Amino acid sequence: MSENVLKVEHVTMQFGGVVAVDNLNLEVNKGEIVSLIGPNGAGKTTAFNVITGVYPPTNGAVYFQGRKIVENHPQGKMRRQYLGENEGKYDHVIAPTPDRITKLGIARTFQNIRLFKSQTVFENILIAEHMRRTSNLFTATLHLNGTEERNMREEADRLLHILELDDVRNEMATSLPYGKQRRLEIARALATKPSLLLLDEPAAGMNPQETDELTAFIGRIRDDFHLTIFMIEHHMDLVMEISDRIYVLDFGKLISQGTPDVVQSDPRVISAYLGVQEDE
Amino acid sequence: MKKQTEAIISVALIAALLAVLFILERTIPSTSMLFTVLKKGAIYALVAVSMNLLNGFTGLFSLGQAGFMLVGAYTYGVLTIPVDQRPNVYMYYDGGMIQFALHPIAAIIIAGIIAGIFAYLIGLPVLRLKSDYLAIATLGFAEIIRAVFQWDKLGPLTNGSNLLRNYPSYKSVLFYFIAAGVCIALIVMLINSTYGRAFKAIRDDEVAAEAMGINLAHHKRIAFVVSSFFAGISGALLAMYQTSIQASMFKSAMTYEILLIVVIGGIGSITGSCISSFLFIILSEWLLRFLDSELVIGGFKVPLLRSGFRKVVFSIIIMIIVLFFRQGIMGTKEFSVRRIFNRITGRSRKSSEGRNGR
Repeated sequence: MSENVLKVEHVTMQFGGVVAVDNLNLEVNKGEIVSLIGPNGAGKTTAFNVITGVYPPTNGAVYFQGRKIVENHPQGKMRRQYLGENEGKYDHVIAPTPDRITKLGIARTFQNIRLFKSQTVFENILIAEHMRRTSNLFTATLHLNGTEERNMREEADRLLHILELDDVRNEMATSLPYGKQRRLEIARALATKPSLLLLDEPAAGMNPQETDELTAFIGRIRDDFHLTIFMIEHHMDLVMEISDRIYVLDFGKLISQGTPDVVQSDPRVISAYLGVQEDE
Repeated sequence: MKKQTEAIISVALIAALLAVLFILERTIPSTSMLFTVLKKGAIYALVAVSMNLLNGFTGLFSLGQAGFMLVGAYTYGVLTIPVDQRPNVYMYYDGGMIQFALHPIAAIIIAGIIAGIFAYLIGLPVLRLKSDYLAIATLGFAEIIRAVFQWDKLGPLTNGSNLLRNYPSYKSVLFYFIAAGVCIALIVMLINSTYGRAFKAIRDDEVAAEAMGINLAHHKRIAFVVSSFFAGISGALLAMYQTSIQASMFKSAMTYEILLIVVIGGIGSITGSCISSFLFIILSEWLLRFLDSELVIGGFKVPLLRSGFRKVVFSIIIMIIVLFFRQGIMGTKEFSVRRIFNRITGRSRKSSEGRNGR
């Protein structure tokens, strides 16, 4: 089954006595837009951090395009803490750093925008080209990689053009309006040429008009870049409109999954959200 | 203004500077304070820029510069003392264990490489640390290097705590300017390359840089080793300039002087570091010297002026800078032909890509 691009299997993440993610299983198929929703503190961002290699999980494995990219077995101190099932199932430690995950083709954005503040829009995009360099320290320092450097710049400019950011090319990244900063962060993630894009609350802090634009934008880049998109979002309008499937997380546990209609009418989801303001 | 014109003007300015230095050397006696200031200024400019590469461009707050300069200075001294002078210099260690002498230029480059190797080894544990902890650890390692080089057991190699002297050195101020200039140009080229962009990304946001596929450990190590390589070279130049070296010279106070230069010039500005290093040397070696000696004007003894007062004045200057001019002279901007041109013609500076015309 190489259908699914991302597969998260029995992932548990514990911080001391807190179980942030509890035995999470999910799959994201090629070309889909899948959303992960849930009340605040449900463990959504932690799940993203496990997938992108920020934390090695306490137990479980993550597969990308059929290949195991993250795996951990509870060991040492964790073994005593770990109370979940499937204890003996994982016996390797595969804990790549986030840059390796990015090179495999998973790009992400952050909940609180993390742009390179002292640099221009163009330079923010250009940095992604660094990981595809063929030059080494000496050839790069002596500027013997002229062709490569030119290609890098052309590639960055091409992306800026496609994403309609070329009018702000030489602006400082932090001087952009909020909506554009979000868009730039997505553009920067796209510059790494991913096949799977993880968006962590892309519409956070946006007004309704900006949210509408973002909805269209996400749909567009999925088609233009042949992407699979997995996102965390609180804006229910956006989630219900563009998601193919939705996973609902509460207290680290998966409580519901399915198409937007199924999830919306699921009594467990309604009770999880009861008393919690839906629009943040 | 075209890129080509800019390059031509830059080259012309550098040539003019060298020509002026050449003429000065012919006309002013070589014992003049001016040459002391120029030579030491050039050496400090190099080490300040190498520190800026780490602190200003990669965001690694390291205070090990004096230690790596010491490694460079000793490597240079040990490798270049003429064989017939060795019994003299290593008088307590039967002439030492090395019985050959290299060409000064080769020794300078090896000095950088040895300092780089030290940096690589120290970097393995130390670069896992962040911010202040990294500063403390590098400072500690610099002190350890100094202690080890004074160790009596290493005497046959380092001459223990005795002076290394009688090695060859270039007297011309031109040599120091060209050597420091070439090294600074290399650092600038590194910063303007794709690696430099990766360094700046790490400085701005480590988490985001990693998410952009930049291997943090690898790039931090590169920045640390390259910076130490050039610190080693500047140490070799300093050894040459001072004609004798001793490990006790390279105290942490030296690192603070360099840090002061970097802060005054602006963290993240190469030209700022160069300008402020000359300013610093001119002030500390020349203009403020009078603060250290007693002065009597018309029978009136000026109060406070005595040995050590210069340091008090310096401390006050540092405090003023840190409190009111945190950006330093240049901030993160660069001084370049293009900027001056734009300033004169009153054109808005749209191109914010840092370019440098030292």
